[in-house]
Amino acid sequence: MTHGILSDILDYANRANPYPLYEELRKTPVFHDGSGPYVVSTYYEIQSLLHDPRLSSDSRNLAATAKDPLAGEAEEEAALPPSFLKLDPPEHDRLRRMTNRPFGPPHSPHRVDGMRGDLRAIVTGLIDDLGDPGQIDLVDQFAYPFPVTMICRLLGVPREDEPRFHVWADTLAASLDPDPDADPAERQRKTHDSRMELGMYLAGLIEERRKNPGDDMLSQLAAGHGQDESMSTMELLSTAALLLIAGHETTVNLITNGMLTLLRNPDVLERLRREPTIAAPLVEELLRFEPPVQLLPQRTPLVDIEVRGVTIPKGSSMWLILASGNRDPQRFENPDRFDPDRRDVQHLGLGSGIHSCFGAPLARLEAQLALTELARRLHNPRLLEDPPPYRQNAVLRGPRHLRIACDEVRA
Amino acid sequence: MHEVTLEHLKREGRIVVVGASLAGLRAAETIRDKGFTGSLTMIGDEPYEPYDRPPLSKGVLLGKSTAERTALPRRRAIDAEWRLGTAATGLDMAARRVKLADGEEVPYDRLLIATGVRARPWPNAAEGELDGVFVLRTRDDGTALARRLDAGPRRVLVIGAGFTGSEIASACRERGLEVTVAERGDAPLVGALGGVIGAVAAELQRENGVDLRTGVMVTGLEGDSTGRVRAAHLSDGTTLECDVVVVSLGAQRNTEWLAGSGLGAGPRGIACDAGCRAFDIRGIVTDDIYVAGDVARSPHPLFGYQFLSLEHWGNAVSQAETAAHNMLSVSTDRRPHIWVPAFWSSQFGVNIKSVGVPSMGTEIMITQGSRAERRFTGVYGYQGRVIGAVTFDNSRWLQFYQQQIETTAPFPVPFPTVDRRPDGHRPVPADFPDPSVPTHGPTITLSGYSPADRRMTFTPAGH
Repeated sequence: MTHGILSDILDYANRANPYPLYEELRKTPVFHDGSGPYVVSTYYEIQSLLHDPRLSSDSRNLAATAKDPLAGEAEEEAALPPSFLKLDPPEHDRLRRMTNRPFGPPHSPHRVDGMRGDLRAIVTGLIDDLGDPGQIDLVDQFAYPFPVTMICRLLGVPREDEPRFHVWADTLAASLDPDPDADPAERQRKTHDSRMELGMYLAGLIEERRKNPGDDMLSQLAAGHGQDESMSTMELLSTAALLLIAGHETTVNLITNGMLTLLRNPDVLERLRREPTIAAPLVEELLRFEPPVQLLPQRTPLVDIEVRGVTIPKGSSMWLILASGNRDPQRFENPDRFDPDRRDVQHLGLGSGIHSCFGAPLARLEAQLALTELARRLHNPRLLEDPPPYRQNAVLRGPRHLRIACDEVRA
Repeated sequence: MHEVTLEHLKREGRIVVVGASLAGLRAAETIRDKGFTGSLTMIGDEPYEPYDRPPLSKGVLLGKSTAERTALPRRRAIDAEWRLGTAATGLDMAARRVKLADGEEVPYDRLLIATGVRARPWPNAAEGELDGVFVLRTRDDGTALARRLDAGPRRVLVIGAGFTGSEIASACRERGLEVTVAERGDAPLVGALGGVIGAVAAELQRENGVDLRTGVMVTGLEGDSTGRVRAAHLSDGTTLECDVVVVSLGAQRNTEWLAGSGLGAGPRGIACDAGCRAFDIRGIVTDDIYVAGDVARSPHPLFGYQFLSLEHWGNAVSQAETAAHNMLSVSTDRRPHIWVPAFWSSQFGVNIKSVGVPSMGTEIMITQGSRAERRFTGVYGYQGRVIGAVTFDNSRWLQFYQQQIETTAPFPVPFPTVDRRPDGHRPVPADFPDPSVPTHGPTITLSGYSPADRRMTFTPAGH
């Protein structure tokens, strides 16, 4: 049960522009309406809480009485152990460290950069296939298929199996974004079936990779590294599912929010076309301006803590509104202005602290390449509706469709 | 200072920076950022433009980078007259002139001293000159040592297991070289981090194949007939054959050139106020001479106004910016230098970071992780408050503990945290060595006097 501003934030009618609500919320940096979560909306407080070892990400530390209007959304399959996203150290550190070994520095410094060619080819293929330039849905035709294909390549899913993966990913994504008119039992059944099928598929693939390892991530994760540094099959399944779900929806939103923002700021779009080197700072500003993860709903204090004079009791549910911190005028000058030249852009868009976005280097590269290529190849692009229709989900916020038109798709 | 004279200074004054390394460069950039259009002179005893030192004991020794590629990135053009390769040899405070080694004199309206420190040499000069005996502080040191390591020596001896010595040993092991570390204290890093953490550092070295010998001194170095070092004699009576020796016994402050100038400069550095203005030997603050970086010693309100000398990269940058700001500001616009000490090291694959002043700590609690796993956070307490913290591969939490230090939070740490282990609930003695026993020396030196302390002794220059 929520009242007032929190229900306004969750209200679908405000999905297209929640920022005025966040501005209102920041007047009370730690907001609590008596029954719901403790909501933190200012930059410095969020930043400091993300580094606070008194905060847990493990829902087992939530008091039974803690009330969260988001509880139940995005539930993971109970049959799998929690992924490192929902664990504290040392379990979190152990799993994340192992997952990082085949992904990033120091052991695999070239993994992400080595995917550049693949990324470019996928982007090029998707843009080639856009079809009628007068009727493009950038979500369905581009932003959606792109990251799934990428995760398949990263994990080492054989090319011929990629179509099956897309079907499962779509069903799981839909479960994060329930259609209020659909039959919930039917949806649950579909989601459950998809998860089971995906789980069985991955389990088979892991088995196969254990026998015939390749240089993909799944092979290396399955091989492990010494006694304390190898995952059980269940841990591996839950990690693979995390990479798929967390790496998918967020990237779709980043790219779609990016194109929407560029189409609303045609001068910046034109600049990106002429000056592709601004892609990197532009994506950083985008992560500040329209972050794909609006808020972190799963933190709870292990002990009563005080934030800006408010005591947050042990076991309370907390929300950290990253998207609001990113627009905090105490931290950023002209926060509501989209400015790719902004030099001081230490945003919260990818989180901070030990749970900061695992896939950040890949997400950045994906968005930089995608937006640069779209800017270069779509001639005179324009929005066919503004605002576009959004997904239901208030946490992983982004357009469900982004209908655009252009004069032609250049070679 | 009056507004009028300040405007005049900014427009056509003369600022001289002695010391062309990190602090000097960042100060010069800040000076120009603040709209100074007068003449700016950069004096440095080394022939190189400002370069970064941390890579010298890491990537450069591993051959992943070269000492020539350590030039510091520039934040902006500084339009300075560079006097590189020319040491400053004297200061005339009354005439406002800096004397140079080539006999020239450079006049100034404002002077910034950022002469830093140099490696403490091997005490026996003749032994120190043997071929194969090195120190590591400068670009040339780095190039020479890296080249010698490339040649594949049979055994390297590192004398002193502070941060630099430990990083050198780490680089040697990574290159597959046999290395012995001789440390007078009971463990590596003990001066900076205490015995509880030193024990972890010792395990780390031994597990990585370092022949670590603690509680011993090197009493002499021996050369062969061609003047190459061939062995070292240790205080436990043993003799160690080695063909490379790296003397890593801490640093000495570059203040000799100020002897007799009347400035409050000595072996412990140059004392200055919280606004980076240097004191003269009478304890009176000057208004035209500023100090920044490793050579400075300034009072810190968070640590009982003790005068801290910090050999920390971040301190050099922060203090340089503050000094530059203050020399071009009216007194009410000046800022205090209240940077919270912080440093990092990378050795044997472990990332070590610290905030605050661990060496002031009397007790330590391992609040997160475990020493056995070499991934942990240790919190230091002093008189009932949190005074410092150290992390081994756990640095993402450090910001929180910095806030604890800044808010003088209570110690022992009274709250639970994630990843608290059974032995992390109670403090244990931090086990710092008796400060009167010389070791490699901590990277933070506590010295000077609290405002309540009326005793004063003047130590003339001389090391």
